[in-house]
Amino acid sequence: MNRLPDDKRLQFVPQEERPPLTPQLALRVAVVGTVALAMFAIIFFRLWFLQVLSGDQYLAQAHGNRARSIDIPAARGQILDRSGTVLVDSKAVPAVVVSPPDLPVLLTTALIPHPPQQDAALYDRLAGVLGISTKRSRCPVAGNGVVHLSPIGCAIAQHFALLPYADVTVKANVSKYVQYYLQERQDEFPGVHVEQVWLRKYPLGGLAAQLFGTVGPVTAQELKEPRFRGVSQSAIVGQSGLEWGYDRYLRGEDGAENVQVDALGRFEGNLTETPPVAGRSLKLSLDTRLQKVGQQALQTSIDDNPPANAGAFVAMNPDTGEVYAMGSLPTFDPNIFTRPVSEAAYRQLNNPASNYPLINRATQSAGPTGSTFKPITATAALESGVWSTDETYDDSGEFCIGAQCRHNAGGAAYGVLDLLNAIRVSSDTFFYNLGALTNADPATHPGGGALQQWAHAYGIGRTTGVDLGGEVAGNLPSPRWRAHIDRLEAQCEHTRHVASCGIADGRPWSVGDNVNLAVGQGDVQVTPLQLAVAYAAIANGGTIVRPHTGLEIDAPDGRLLRRIDPPPARHLNINPDYLDTIRAGLRAAASQPGGTSYDVFGNFPEEVYGKTGTAQYNGQQDYAWYVCFVPDWATRTPILVVVHVEQGGFGAVAAAPVAREILSQWFFGNPGNFVAGASKTL
Amino acid sequence: MSVSTAVQPIRVPAEEPAGTAMRAWPLFDPLLILAALGLVACSLVTLHGATRTAVPGSPLYYVERQAIYAGIGLLVAIVLWRVDYSRLRGYRLGLYGAMIALNIAVFGMPAIRGSHRWIPLPFLQLQSSEFGKILLIASLGAFAVDRSRRLHEWRTTARLMLLALVPALIVIPQPDLGTGMVYVSVGFATLFFAGTSWKQLITLFAMFAASVALVLAVAPAMGVHVLKPYQVQRLTGFLHPSRDPQSQTYNILQSEIAIGSGQKTGRGVARASQTNLHFLPENQTDFIFAVVGETYGFAGAALVLSLYALLIWRTLRILTMAKNLYGTLIAGGVVAMLMFQVFVNTGMTIGIMPITGVPLPLMSYGGSSVLVTFIAIGLLQSIYVQARTSAAAKGRMIK
Repeated sequence: MNRLPDDKRLQFVPQEERPPLTPQLALRVAVVGTVALAMFAIIFFRLWFLQVLSGDQYLAQAHGNRARSIDIPAARGQILDRSGTVLVDSKAVPAVVVSPPDLPVLLTTALIPHPPQQDAALYDRLAGVLGISTKRSRCPVAGNGVVHLSPIGCAIAQHFALLPYADVTVKANVSKYVQYYLQERQDEFPGVHVEQVWLRKYPLGGLAAQLFGTVGPVTAQELKEPRFRGVSQSAIVGQSGLEWGYDRYLRGEDGAENVQVDALGRFEGNLTETPPVAGRSLKLSLDTRLQKVGQQALQTSIDDNPPANAGAFVAMNPDTGEVYAMGSLPTFDPNIFTRPVSEAAYRQLNNPASNYPLINRATQSAGPTGSTFKPITATAALESGVWSTDETYDDSGEFCIGAQCRHNAGGAAYGVLDLLNAIRVSSDTFFYNLGALTNADPATHPGGGALQQWAHAYGIGRTTGVDLGGEVAGNLPSPRWRAHIDRLEAQCEHTRHVASCGIADGRPWSVGDNVNLAVGQGDVQVTPLQLAVAYAAIANGGTIVRPHTGLEIDAPDGRLLRRIDPPPARHLNINPDYLDTIRAGLRAAASQPGGTSYDVFGNFPEEVYGKTGTAQYNGQQDYAWYVCFVPDWATRTPILVVVHVEQGGFGAVAAAPVAREILSQWFFGNPGNFVAGASKTL
Repeated sequence: MSVSTAVQPIRVPAEEPAGTAMRAWPLFDPLLILAALGLVACSLVTLHGATRTAVPGSPLYYVERQAIYAGIGLLVAIVLWRVDYSRLRGYRLGLYGAMIALNIAVFGMPAIRGSHRWIPLPFLQLQSSEFGKILLIASLGAFAVDRSRRLHEWRTTARLMLLALVPALIVIPQPDLGTGMVYVSVGFATLFFAGTSWKQLITLFAMFAASVALVLAVAPAMGVHVLKPYQVQRLTGFLHPSRDPQSQTYNILQSEIAIGSGQKTGRGVARASQTNLHFLPENQTDFIFAVVGETYGFAGAALVLSLYALLIWRTLRILTMAKNLYGTLIAGGVVAMLMFQVFVNTGMTIGIMPITGVPLPLMSYGGSSVLVTFIAIGLLQSIYVQARTSAAAKGRMIK
């Protein structure tokens, strides 16, 4: 109690005698003043940096913050046949999409294997509404390997890994009720909205299914390509086939709605809107009825000729390269790709047991052509002067090189033959002889002799340039090619330390190789379309056409915008007399007794030029071929047909009847009967 | 002019200045009050832009309230500067006790948004920790004066620092880390201006730095969490901004975008999208400087900063004028409070300081903060007036 008065006293007593500013205090005030000055300087410099030096960038970021661009997808153009029948249509359906930047917790690449709790809960809620499973399963994500996610989480992760800001369509074609449910509960489903998307629809199912190809979201790599310049991140673009080839016409231009949103992503008003521009239509040269007949006839042939299991055909205008029909069996219903494809369905389509229905065998599958190669051999022999049109050869049924002898199919011997009749009866020994005659010394002619030169000119071993993606080039055997595969084999054996890699047997080019090539057997690999182009040159006098399925680009209202008429690839200078002789042989083969397809086409009312072929495979049934044409001097609607039946047996038996039905449909509007031939020639 | 003030010295009452020479000086520091009122004006203008749509139907909701708080604050300040601050020394135990009591009392109050910081009063949500600032400044200064002759002793330094640390440790769990750090700064400033030796100050500072490192890095690594995880993230997050909208550093990013987008002269009220669309969090309180930056640009931000510079300069000047050590220490505490709040708050909005929720004095919306700042200004004016009066009494001119 003594201290209190002491203290009380202090406040009334004048303070201790201290000078107003001691040197110590002055120093300390100066220190604080300096600190304050330094801090102000730092803040001013930082403000200067933010506002004056980087202001533009921050202003742009502020704009980006508030503006959300919502893509309005453009309707993809239709694909029509030559008479306007819709083959591929676009259908607008409501789809549930997720916008990754608006998810409750922003997704980052590091979070992909383990989505944040809130996001995962959202996916599961959404799955419940959409009737999608929530079970975690294996999910391959680019750059993250295989992670375990629910189907929705997987779809979002996969898209996010490729294009972080693009919307992800979780389920297309949802019901109205789902749509209303989600729209009324925006708070519970942040980042989820219902948008209109366009789905592809294929009214004719498996008809010409392999031609159209697929559409899909644009990928990060594609966005860098010039052909996809200006395409939005969430655009759907053609990924294969015609959809890829004519994508820039079909895809249209997506519109955009710029809306203003607040920090929680809530709509605050419209800024601008750019309407979408619908894609243009692609009219094909395809004739739907011809296509249908071709596929049915091919299927009949496959069914009638076990173990036949696949095949392809091409019907084309030999003068212009317009493709009237192109089919490949087995086929599939492309409509399944418009829904999320189940893994089982996908596996089934890619299962060897299903025999790869996705492949377009007319352009993507090459093999030896059998005797259909003979007109090419004939051209080479005549043009190189090793044979003439009236020269004859005595077909004894046997052709020997040294001690090694080859025989005609079925042990036949046709006696004395000129070129025309050799084609008519499809004499192998005759053409073995031409093969031997046209063989060149590999040392001086590594690219081969006249046979290789002319086969190459006809387009064997090179792509036709058809407007369908994924075409294969096949193979034209030559000394250089054989040396190349021998080298590959040697390298492979050396690096893998095995006795044989199975690429080649290591032997050098021999005359036997050329003899094989002369009759279309052995190592030659040709697609049905390549063969069609080669025969078109015989039919039209030497022009190598550029085959095409696209005919016109039309406006959505049907107005013609552009005609598709690619110029021929090149013209071959073949002596017209030689061509006449070859054609006469082809005509005789289809129309005269003894001709290989006489029993199929002998009574056909049009002037058919045809050649059978039977390609031999080790350990498999033979592959049937038939090529025929009705040229422009015989009809106003010239057509050329190639039919290939894998493991169908002889060409006259399995392939020629299919061609007959296609021609019958083309000329008379009905396929007529399936007339199988009996010729057992290769 | 023939009358010399030096002739009749010693006893001139302050209330009745004798002679025209005394009338020439206003009885308060006009620049100090000008800076404060200028900041209040800036606050009202900025708040109007930022909050005009916050309360539907009353666009002036925040502006009116802030103006009323500022008006009350000004009245309180005017009353205070007519009183000799030295009287407060006698109430030091009461002031200190009141501060502790207020800060403990909030834990018994209902939580608002998960925090126990406010005592609901009819006219004001009284934020105890804010009033604690000025109570601590006044009481701690008095305690220091008591021991002014033993300031070189470690015991004194430790005791004074402990007196500041106790309330700091009470407010941090409210949670109010920012104010806790203001208390520590005030304690440090009191020692600094009282004349504690450099050696002891540096040792204290080193201990402080070590304990920060311990709390932020070492303890969590050992599994002891002194701070809540979000507090640690706020403190260290400015070193690595992220895009996660839930995170505090996202706020910093948005704040930088707001300030940067203001450029030289600002985007104006209508076009300030970061503010209007709420990309800026807490745009009327902690991030009001970012609103200034976005709406009025470098020019507006520079004006506000200049007013703070003026405020701090005048405070330091009053500190040097004070008639006694107690005045010096009060001004020292106030200068520490102002500098800490201004630099930490503006530094936070431009991404160079950790996030600690300290208000920007007089700019941020909030009655407690405005009142406390005006009380501080009232005390400063009182120190000024007393210094003038006592100088006049001693016959000395103070430049």
